[in-house]
Amino acid sequence: MPERGKRVGLFVTCLVDLIRPSIGFAAVKLLEDAGCVVEVPVQTCCGQPAFNSGDRGTTRAIAEQVIERFASYDYVVAPSGSCAGMLKLHYPELFQGDPNWRARADAFAAKTYELISFLVDVLRVERVNAHFSGTVTYHDSCSGLRELGVHAQPRRLLGTVQGLTLSEMRDSDVCCGFGGTFCVKYPDISNAIVGKKAANVTATGAQALLAGDLGCLMNMAGKLQREGKTIAVRHIAEVLAGMSDEPAIGVAPGDPEAVR
Amino acid sequence: MSTNATSPRFKDNARKALADAELQSALKFVEVNFIARRQEVADKLPEFEALRDSARDIKNHTLAHLDLYLETYENRVVEQGGKVHYAITADDACRIVLDICNGLGARTVTKGKSMIGEEIGVNDFLEANGITPVETDLGEYIIQLRHELPSHIIAPAVHLTKAQVEADFRRVHTHLPADRNLVEPETMLAEARAVLREKFLAADVGITGANFLVAETGSSIIVTNEGNGDLTQTLPKAHIVLASIEKLVPTLEDAAQMLRVLARSATGQEMSVYTTVSTGPRKAADPDGPGAYHVVILDNGRSAMLGGEFRDMLRCIRCGACMNHCPVYHAVGGHAYGWVYPGPMGAVLTPSLIGVDKAGNLPNASTFCGRCEEVCPVRIPLPKLMRHWREREFERHLSPATVRSGLAFWSFFAKRSWLYRPATALAMRLLAFAGRSHGRFKWLPLAGGWTRYRDFPVPEGRTFQAQWKKRHTA
Repeated sequence: MPERGKRVGLFVTCLVDLIRPSIGFAAVKLLEDAGCVVEVPVQTCCGQPAFNSGDRGTTRAIAEQVIERFASYDYVVAPSGSCAGMLKLHYPELFQGDPNWRARADAFAAKTYELISFLVDVLRVERVNAHFSGTVTYHDSCSGLRELGVHAQPRRLLGTVQGLTLSEMRDSDVCCGFGGTFCVKYPDISNAIVGKKAANVTATGAQALLAGDLGCLMNMAGKLQREGKTIAVRHIAEVLAGMSDEPAIGVAPGDPEAVR
Repeated sequence: MSTNATSPRFKDNARKALADAELQSALKFVEVNFIARRQEVADKLPEFEALRDSARDIKNHTLAHLDLYLETYENRVVEQGGKVHYAITADDACRIVLDICNGLGARTVTKGKSMIGEEIGVNDFLEANGITPVETDLGEYIIQLRHELPSHIIAPAVHLTKAQVEADFRRVHTHLPADRNLVEPETMLAEARAVLREKFLAADVGITGANFLVAETGSSIIVTNEGNGDLTQTLPKAHIVLASIEKLVPTLEDAAQMLRVLARSATGQEMSVYTTVSTGPRKAADPDGPGAYHVVILDNGRSAMLGGEFRDMLRCIRCGACMNHCPVYHAVGGHAYGWVYPGPMGAVLTPSLIGVDKAGNLPNASTFCGRCEEVCPVRIPLPKLMRHWREREFERHLSPATVRSGLAFWSFFAKRSWLYRPATALAMRLLAFAGRSHGRFKWLPLAGGWTRYRDFPVPEGRTFQAQWKKRHTA
């Protein structure tokens, strides 16, 4: 393994931090299994809600904090294509023309990765030690797919999970309708988009829906559950880390739906 | 702005569109067919990505030297016997067209498809001045019968089902037998063709748009699939080309390259069925053609975009690929956007043309999924430009109060991690306690937009950072 012993600063993302910390621990396990030393500096959010609402001032204030706190690590890794895309592509854009910060933002961006693509492309992880009995389907979250080129890597690692079968859904690369604040600013449109996604997910007959972004997962899980569907929804890191015994998203511990 | 915009009511428009069963059934065509066809022809052409780069570069080069190319173009048009008119505003453009028509004593005007015509509202203006405009592109003809705006820039009537069009034909073509068969699309097409044939022959002036204006030769180029453009511009006494400043390309060679990406991106064709190059009026040796050739070049706010952050938008070649691939467009269709240009390109262009105060919803109503940028033949960074509009809105305090106050509240904590961590830790524990036996909330205060349609997962309880800190300080 070429990068053994490297210090990775985990950018856990605000949603994982607050809503589903087990994804963060799955990420830590995957990184440690691959030989990394993982640390978690104090953090809040990547600033995307402000950035996409047109508030550049707040975004910059947050971005400066993040860049400073992660300055000492060899790598910065986030279990989200959306947040990693923000750190990697939009931070440099944010500091364009700023002689003090642009170089720092560029250096920060160069060492920042989305979790699954970091495992495969940088750490050269070829297989994981995990078991999952059943069929899963995988949603390509937009930022990971189109900003960072995350497509083959998750499928490659899923292929090494014992007992797991991947059943691709129709339009796996089409947006789920989450879009950050979009889903609450335009709930009717968001609902129409996630309704199509839920139908495509259900049509696969898979027992579990996986993706690499908790925002999209919460959106899809929330819609599927509102429709009474019992498909389990999880972050891909949970399955790759062999942590799929935890209750799925939106399922209470001890609920008969909990373990699948 | 000659056409009344309903863009400020985007949310209401969208709600109505989502509840419109006929519209929803018609929209499936866009989502399924356009995407598959584009993919198929793109896959067949190994140099497609390189052609897109080239198309972007041609447009960037032209925009960087637009003054030069406009001047060259005008000189060539004049050498060929034509005339170029510059219109600063939509009203100017309408008046120029009217003056030309009046000069010829025109009563009937045929029109090929022109988005600039829609932008300036030339049909209403001509009608108000006693001249009858007749759209000859089938889709445009249908929406003219319905007094609607196009819902798509290359497929204006894509929001309609066959049954709706049949009903419109029966309503308007009252000179035909009521019991005629109009079930097959071919019979409808034949009917439109027969009706339009009369109009072509009666027209005094023909108005077309332009996909490209070629500086080298002074030519205008249109692409159509019905051939209506050719009849529109060759039969009448005068041909008026409606174009805007960003349609310029330097040479015919450049135009040929642009055409290769245009048809593929738009309809998934390798070439459109008709590509028509017009250079000046009829010459002595020509068997046919118009006696006069006028080009009206519209600015309408575009030159102001040249020097600013929306300049990239002026590369747009109006192929429609962005809306064909947009999940929001697929959900609500083009009319919800409330003006002439829908979809992602409309979300960037419309605020430039009618003001972000009126069109502010458009650049906000995007998930930033990035599919539009991925397929744009001239690589316009559409999400980034939509974000620029959100920045302008935020700076001018135009964003809704609820959005601003929610954002301010969140920002206050996100900028102060010493406060954020204990505050969120407490909030998550409370939420986890409240929902402990259910796993998810059916309703949450202040999250109605979410819980109206979706459950919200109950947080696991202790935040990641709290757990991590405990583990690593133990």
